[in-house]
Amino acid sequence: MLKIRGLRAGIEDKEILRGIDLTVNAGEVHAVMGPNGSGKSTLAQVLAGHPSFEVTGGSVTYDGKDLLELEPEERAHAGVFLAFQYPIEIPGVTNAYFLRTAYNEMRKVQGLEEVDPIEFLDVIEEKAKLVQMDPSMLNRSVNMGFSGGEKKRNEILQMAVLEPKLAILDETDSGLDIDALRVVADGVNALKAPDRATIVVTHYQRLLNYIVPDYVHVLVGGRIVKSGGKELALELEARGYDWLLAEAAA
Amino acid sequence: MTTAYSDDFRTVAELGGPGWLAERRRAAAASFTALGFPTRKNENWHYTSVAPISDRTFRMVRTPGGDASSLDLTPYQFNSPEWPRLVFLNGHFVAEQSTPADKLPEGVRVTTLGALLSEGADASNGLSDLIEQHLGRVADGEEHAFVALNTALATDGAVIVVGSEMVVDTPLHVVFVADGASSGQAIQTRTLFVAGRHSKATVIESFIGMGEADYFTNAVSEAVLDDGATFTNIKVQRESQSAFHICTTSVHQARDSHYLHFSCALGAALSRTNVYTILDGEGSGATLNGLYMLDGDQHCDHQTRIEHAKPNTFSRELYKGLLDGNSHGVFNGKVYVHPEAQKTDGKQENNNILLSPTAHIDTKPELEIYADDVRCTHGATVGQLDDTALFYMRSRGLSAAQARQLLTYAFAADVLETIELEAVRDSLEEQTLERFTRHEVGTA
Ligand SMILES: Nc1ncnc2c1ncn2[C@@H]1O[C@H](COP(=O)(O)OP(=O)(O)OP(=O)(O)O)[C@@H](O)[C@H]1O
Ligand SMILES: [Mg+2]
Repeated sequence: MLKIRGLRAGIEDKEILRGIDLTVNAGEVHAVMGPNGSGKSTLAQVLAGHPSFEVTGGSVTYDGKDLLELEPEERAHAGVFLAFQYPIEIPGVTNAYFLRTAYNEMRKVQGLEEVDPIEFLDVIEEKAKLVQMDPSMLNRSVNMGFSGGEKKRNEILQMAVLEPKLAILDETDSGLDIDALRVVADGVNALKAPDRATIVVTHYQRLLNYIVPDYVHVLVGGRIVKSGGKELALELEARGYDWLLAEAAA
Repeated sequence: MTTAYSDDFRTVAELGGPGWLAERRRAAAASFTALGFPTRKNENWHYTSVAPISDRTFRMVRTPGGDASSLDLTPYQFNSPEWPRLVFLNGHFVAEQSTPADKLPEGVRVTTLGALLSEGADASNGLSDLIEQHLGRVADGEEHAFVALNTALATDGAVIVVGSEMVVDTPLHVVFVADGASSGQAIQTRTLFVAGRHSKATVIESFIGMGEADYFTNAVSEAVLDDGATFTNIKVQRESQSAFHICTTSVHQARDSHYLHFSCALGAALSRTNVYTILDGEGSGATLNGLYMLDGDQHCDHQTRIEHAKPNTFSRELYKGLLDGNSHGVFNGKVYVHPEAQKTDGKQENNNILLSPTAHIDTKPELEIYADDVRCTHGATVGQLDDTALFYMRSRGLSAAQARQLLTYAFAADVLETIELEAVRDSLEEQTLERFTRHEVGTA
């Protein structure tokens, strides 16, 4: 589904990703871990098409298409979804309106008819229940004044509504209490299907108890320095990153 | 000294009418002749050159000229054709397009300046005394050349009087239309509102250009609010994109009155909107809001002056600007607090978004405070659309154009929400959306 080869990217002459190789097949869950500043969010943003990052080398193929050639919205239409590490506040645009507009854009691409606000209510109410979000939050401006946890839940709500094929979750678990963590995990697991895949960026093994990864990758200094099964996450939890840094330096 | 308008002053002087009016006209003509058009050396005109107006001579025309019977006002009626209206074509009252006096809501009396001039006091619906009392007394023609020019030359206009204790729910619509026949003309429109004790009413003033004519509208509106009156005055300026538009609204407010003004500026090549009010009674307040949406080479200037002359008065101002293309916006808001105006509560805010790198805004909020126990704040911002928010929206599947449109709309939404009249609010919201779908915003 996703094939990343030798991907290099940076911002303003600063190279952040220094040759990433990663293959994600349909039905798989991949966890990406690594120390602060190692480039995890950069990788996620580059996949979503953030215009600030410049790709300087390598390739990314998604469903046989050159992903890097696509505009951010075209990637979304093709089923790529990024749950932001720091979700953006949009004053003056209600959550409900934003979600419906996004939902209708997806439907248009799929050749389906757009839904009106009333019809959308049915869609959204069900999804809001799934992420245990108070319906009153739907009428507030997108993420405005939301707590950290509420913002993360809102990302999952968007994901649940848009039903992506490739979901990339950038530290969606950070700052969540255990109940919220379960909500997020339930949201992700509800989407699990043989034709979908998930990349979970996290610092904590605990999320991986709920979203069980098929592979764990460790990103250090803009490169994947180690890949393994879910037990690698346990090992990282126990030993930290130092041994990997030492290995990488050696 | 003679000016390009000296001949017109003489022509109007010969029209006759009540003696007091002739006298005020004469004084105004003298005042204009002495002042001349303002230059950028005048601090009130520092950011706006009126050379495109002063370098030319715009003709005075004594008849409407255009085709009054075929005017289609439907697109300008806020989907509310039932609202009573007074229609002026190229500055002249058009009875056949206007609501007859006997069909107006209870408590509202109207007449026109034209009727007073041509048919005398008897034709003025019993309002001639009020007109004499207030016309030219609220707007300052001694300092403001454009006001003087209007007072000297206006031969028609609307007079609207709301009776004491009258709560008028239906808004009145004063429609100033300029059509293709107005090219090269000076259109002096004049309006007088008198809001009686504890009355409540809403008047919308629309300035509409049908076509691309390069006329010059010089409008003056005066409003007098008696004790406890609430008067809402919505101005929607949709002049032709080649037109010049100068408009001064001057207000005098008595005790506990509340004046609400909204200025929506969309049209004209060059426009200047002045809103001046004097809070001359304890407990009175003014709410002045506005939205300007510019693009191409448009120049749009708003100047407000709120004089807090008595204690416990309040003022609220929120002006927002969306500027695209090579447009130039100006906002200058002055709050002046007299020594006796203790407990003044003033708040002023001007926010702008530049949608293109060549758009430009000059914003200058000013506080002049001579009382010590007051609460006054002001702020101004100039920004761009938030790139991160644009990316966030696109990553959810919205097109770049859609994302920009939604953000611009959201920016304008809170000031539009201050318009209580739903039909007007909806229609202006729609225009905001439309304005920025016509072309890709910010791609200049
Ligand atoms: N917009 C930017 N401008 C300049 N430098 C940036 C920008 N974004 C990221 N960087 C730098 O790139 C490096 C990688 O950042 P990135 O956010 O990808 O790390 P991360 O692995 O997600 O870290 P964390 O675990 O703290 O979220 C850091 O050194 C960061 O400072
Ligand atoms: Mg990160």
